[in-house]
Parts: sequence; C-alpha cells; structure tokens
Amino acid sequence: MKRTIFILVVAALLVAWLVLRRPPAAHRGGVGELLRPAPDFSLTDLSGAKLILSGYRGKVVLLDFWATWCDPCKTEIPHFIEMQNRYGRQGFQVIGISMDDDEKLVREFQQQFKMNYPVAMGNADLAGQYGGILGLPITFVLDRQGRITARHIGATDASVFEAEIRKLLETPSPD
Amino acid sequence: MVAEFTTMRLHSYSTVLVVLTLLTGLTLSVPAQAADSTNMKTLTVEELVQTLNANGAKPLLFHVGSHMLYVQAHIPGSEYLGASSTSQGIQNLAKRVSDLPKKTAIVLYCGCCPWSHCPNVNPAYDTLRQMGFTNVKVLYLANNFGTDWVDKGYPVAKGD
Repeated sequence: MKRTIFILVVAALLVAWLVLRRPPAAHRGGVGELLRPAPDFSLTDLSGAKLILSGYRGKVVLLDFWATWCDPCKTEIPHFIEMQNRYGRQGFQVIGISMDDDEKLVREFQQQFKMNYPVAMGNADLAGQYGGILGLPITFVLDRQGRITARHIGATDASVFEAEIRKLLETPSPD
Repeated sequence: MVAEFTTMRLHSYSTVLVVLTLLTGLTLSVPAQAADSTNMKTLTVEELVQTLNANGAKPLLFHVGSHMLYVQAHIPGSEYLGASSTSQGIQNLAKRVSDLPKKTAIVLYCGCCPWSHCPNVNPAYDTLRQMGFTNVKVLYLANNFGTDWVDKGYPVAKGD
C-alpha cells in the first residue's frame, strides 16, 4: 500500500515537473515566424543614412529590437558590438531598432556605448510587421537570403547567437 | 541478507535522488520575482481578467510603460500615463490621481520586459502609496505583455 502511494506521489511530481518545465521565453519562436522572409523596411538611421533591410541581402543579419530603458537589452549590446567586430568581414551585420519614445536618449546611448552598427528608431507599424514587439529585447537572426531563422525573446546568451551566426556564415552568399 | 540490505539502501538513495531532482526542476520552473517587489501588492493576469469580466465596479487601469508598446497593444480601457521611470511619467500619474479618493482601486501594468527588470512599476507603485492610495495593485507579467497577455488571447486594443 505504502509502495503504491509512493509511486503515485512520484508520478504526480513527475507530471508536474514535465508540465512546468516549458522552454524559457528567450528561446521560443513562433513557427510561423521562422524561415519566412523578414519584412523589408526603409528607415533613416541616427546618422542620417538610409537603412534598408533588403540592402543587406547576402549578409547574415542580427536584427535587434531594443530600448535604452531595457536592462536586458543593455546587457546584450556589448556582445553585439563585439560580434560585429569579429564577424563583420565575413558578411555579418547587426542592425538595431530602438523602441524608445525619445530619440535623444538613443543618440546619447549610442555614443556612450560606442555602438558600431546602424541604429534607427522603430515604430508601431514596423513592430506589427514583425509580429508585435511587445516586450524587449526581441532579436531576429536572418540568413543570407533575408529569411528569419530565429527569434529570441528576452536576454539571450551571446554563445547562442554566436552558434547560430557561425552556422549561417558557413552558407555561401546566394549571389 | 546483505544483498537485500544493499538493495534497500540503493532504493532509499534513489528515492531521495528522484525527489531532489524533481524538487530542483520545480524550483527552476518558477519565474523569478523582482527582489524589490516584495512590498508591492500584485495580481495575476487571471485574477484581473476575472475582475474585468465580473459585474460590479472595475479598477482603474493605468499603463505606466513605453508609449511605443502601448500603441501596439494594451488592455482595453486602460489609460496611458507615460513611463514611470521618467519624471514626466511620474508627474502624469500624480496629476491623474490627484482628485481621486484614496481608496480608489487602481491596477498598474507595464510588461515592457521581464518582471524583474521592469523599470516602471516600482516607481509608479511607490508614488501612489506615498500619496496615500491604499488599494493599488500591480499586474504581474512574468515575461512581457506580449507573452503573458496577447499570446494568451486576452482582449487587446491598439492605438492611442
């Protein structure tokens, strides 16, 4: 009898454990989001230059939606700067889309952090095209064909991005 | 006899191991709470939905996060007051409630980022408490508004 109760308790705990151990938010991506062409956009970056996503076709792109008030975003940005330095010559490009309300804060932040990649102000329409940016950071990884291969919600370890980027960089450019 | 004793010991050890493993798994599955949120009264998404769907008085719902996120999606009927991490947002909040009775039921929410990193709900909550409001709660959004509200299919309004 005791043994039966013991087995039932263990089984109940196991079921609870399996139910509660869902994948962390940082690694979830809607299936419909993945391997579809990333919506193109044309913005003006903070330097005044045109920032057109399709202009980066042939490169592996890390598209980061972030904001100056977002602590996890601030944790990731130094890693993105480092990745841009390390893999830029191999055809890798980071693009930052700020979801701040105040452009002045973004300019100050960009200078302070010495961001070495283009940053533009986002908007609700663009966010909607990407399935809604309703929580930050959200980072998309695009292959050389401009397709979304990963969507990371929340702070993600740099090693995860690096592994994905290295794999994509091994694929030759379509041109 | 020795073999039986050894089997029993192994059985006990394995039982302890299984229970410890399961408890570890359960502990890791619980979302992290903000260290400074212990003084805040919170309510869950389910509790808020239940309140909004029930007959009777509804709490005032104040969005105290980023405008960019609010225009994309917010709880219908909620008012945007600006990010409470800014002095402007705090001023807006203080002005909005200045004429309200101190017992007014108020729910604050943001969902800009994971709960433990939200820069807005704490200042908003502290402001209202310091002003003497006694029935203030903060909506607990573990991950963000998208994951914890929109993706669960709860009603959403867009725009200003």
